[in-house]
Amino acid sequence: MEAFDLTLIWALIIGFGVIMYVLMDGFDLGVGILFPFAPDEESRDVMMNSVAPVWDGNETWLVLGGAGLLGAFPLVYSVFLPALYIGVFLMLAGLIFRGIAFEFRFKSHRNRRWWNRAFCWGSAVASFAQGVVVGAYIQGFAVEDFVYVGGPLDWLTPFSVLTGLGLMAGYALLGATWLIMKTEGAVQAWAYRLAPRLLLAVLAVFAIISVWTPFVDAGVRERWFGHLHLIWVFPVLALACAALLWRAVSQRREGQPFIATLGLFLFTYLGLVVSKWPVIVPPDYTIWDAASDPGSQLFLLIGVLFVIPIVLAYTAWTYWVFRGKVRPGEGYH
Amino acid sequence: MELDPLLLSRLQFAFVVAFHAIFPVFTIGLASYIALLNGLFFKTENPAWDRLALFWTKVFAVVFGMGVVSGIVMSFQFGTNWSNFSQAASNFLGPVLSYEVVTAFFLEAAFLGVLLFGRGKVPQGVHLFAAIMVATGTFISSFWILSANSWMQTPAGVELIDGRFHVTSWSEAIFNPSFWYRFWHMVLASFLTGGFVVAGVSAWYLLIRRDIEANRKALSMCLWLLLVLTPAQAVLGDFHGLNTLEHQPTKVAAMEGNWERGSHVPLLLFAWPDQEAQQNRFEVGIPSLASLILTHHADGEVPGISEVPPEEQPPVWLVFWSFRVMVGIGLVMIAVSLAGLWLRRGGRVYEHRGFLQLMRVMTVTPFIAVLAGWFVTETGRAPWLVYGMMTHAEGLTPSLTGGMALFTLVGYIAVYAVVFWAGVYYLTRVVRQGMLPEAPHDHEVERPKRPLSAAHVPFEDASRQPGRS
Repeated sequence: MEAFDLTLIWALIIGFGVIMYVLMDGFDLGVGILFPFAPDEESRDVMMNSVAPVWDGNETWLVLGGAGLLGAFPLVYSVFLPALYIGVFLMLAGLIFRGIAFEFRFKSHRNRRWWNRAFCWGSAVASFAQGVVVGAYIQGFAVEDFVYVGGPLDWLTPFSVLTGLGLMAGYALLGATWLIMKTEGAVQAWAYRLAPRLLLAVLAVFAIISVWTPFVDAGVRERWFGHLHLIWVFPVLALACAALLWRAVSQRREGQPFIATLGLFLFTYLGLVVSKWPVIVPPDYTIWDAASDPGSQLFLLIGVLFVIPIVLAYTAWTYWVFRGKVRPGEGYH
Repeated sequence: MELDPLLLSRLQFAFVVAFHAIFPVFTIGLASYIALLNGLFFKTENPAWDRLALFWTKVFAVVFGMGVVSGIVMSFQFGTNWSNFSQAASNFLGPVLSYEVVTAFFLEAAFLGVLLFGRGKVPQGVHLFAAIMVATGTFISSFWILSANSWMQTPAGVELIDGRFHVTSWSEAIFNPSFWYRFWHMVLASFLTGGFVVAGVSAWYLLIRRDIEANRKALSMCLWLLLVLTPAQAVLGDFHGLNTLEHQPTKVAAMEGNWERGSHVPLLLFAWPDQEAQQNRFEVGIPSLASLILTHHADGEVPGISEVPPEEQPPVWLVFWSFRVMVGIGLVMIAVSLAGLWLRRGGRVYEHRGFLQLMRVMTVTPFIAVLAGWFVTETGRAPWLVYGMMTHAEGLTPSLTGGMALFTLVGYIAVYAVVFWAGVYYLTRVVRQGMLPEAPHDHEVERPKRPLSAAHVPFEDASRQPGRS
């Protein structure tokens, strides 16, 4: 299978799914994290309405990714999930709570406070757990003979807590810039004030992680300080996006801050991918070690190639339908 | 006491899957019913069909949303608690379960939005088409899920090399020996669930004399359906049982509470299976009837539980009693359907308060029967996870400790308790509001893919709201 490496195709599909999920669910989780700090209850209505039509479409990528991993890279599935057992539970519980809060907050008046809490805490816990997954991935897993042999809390280290907080800050930044784009008036003014502070927090965490990671993983050190100078293009582009974001916010641009934040996430993600490539279950197993049988990958590929364009088209259509500013009292009864 | 991660993981999976199953088992039947109602309205233009379709679509939206929320956990549980099994069976189960997800998303993306929010915005024919496609999609979803489950019951089309299953024939693996029996048994169960729920709610509306025309139609329709389907399910269940006898004789032996292989085996109505003594402490049965049902000869041989060593036996009392609950409810369902036919003379079926109350109570029975049926088939194959090839213990996550398993078991019960409370509470409000015409408050922006948004019912009583709109 030299000309037609199914495993490589699947790595691209999963990689695409992960970044789609991070970018898209990222901003609506971020809106949830910022929820308790909003100026008033009417702002919260606007904030929730700005993501209400799209959030569950965003989460389809998570489920698609989970199922796709079992089909294409079962080793990832059967190592990450046991190793991150408690974290996975917290993430799912968080996503469920915020999911039902989306539905019932609008229908509820007396109990609205409780749905607000469910929305905020659910979003925050899920974001933190996802950040911890990134940290645990960088740290690597204790795997022997394709089976996870570590303890239940191996993932919980100062490093993974830092990546957890970092992703929370990053999602909050995505959420703030999304609100700049989608709202006006008091909410937008508040989001403009938040964005620079969140950006500084994100940059601080990114800086610490970048300095720390080479000490956590020798392979990463080798990759970055070896002969492959071309990869420095990613951190440079990420920093350029950060600069653009800073300028766009101070010039009170509306769309640019969100686009710049997407770029910041994208290039950071690519930087992480090239740090580890082609290792998918660190420290030792590559995508080819983790792959399922070629027949299984092919069987599933047919269905996925059929459905991804449809999901993309539908997603694009949804965002098109709900384009423009969300105003108070709209889309809410 | 030592916490056993195996037992706790099995409890957790049973809890999550049982909790989740309640919702799809209802939506599969309901989706077809909604498609039928839309079709009837399309053909006859009688607005009663339209009111019914609108009302049941609201209920569908809420139940579907609950099913999606509770189902997310399932797709991760294979990895968290059963990682060895996931790794071993991934070549087959990965693609099959992914296809279920892919189908569900395709359906949701393309047609659910049109069904829920497209009324009056797309041509009526397009709306009907969307309803039919949603119903079709629920069948395709169950096709993949039941294929995966049946494969674990009667594995085929694979070879086990170094602890991993490799697919040798996709068609043999997907259409494994018990697949079609299980599939049709489950489809009929879903139709019965939908039928009894719609009949029960319609009966309640008739009792409180609300929208009598539409609800008479609905009740009548459901009773005809149930009259055909309840006996059909019994026949199909018999075929399924014969298939199980061929492939999983120990399960059938446990269902019958029969410890030693023999002929003229009685059908036990009541017994207290004692696994340690490997016999029943007390039993009441009808002579030779089990032999007759299973082999269609009074002197036919029925396998015994004791043919396999105790460690390869399922928990007999659980299988035995779950089976009796399922069959017992099935027989009551047949009797109720016949009573409905009898009461049709002179139209008493719509007036007889005792019968209408009975139909109300019957609403919960299909759910109990379905769960009991799943208990039979799932605990009946113990200790096998993949029948005859891999045990539960072999499939468990090696690093899992009892404490972790207990933590998440309690956690999921807590999370689902909240979800279930909110969902059922809201559903009762939707039903109580009934088939009123849409309130004029509806200037909400469309929200595709948000199932619950299709039901515009406030969460609390209007009278208790503070002074905001």
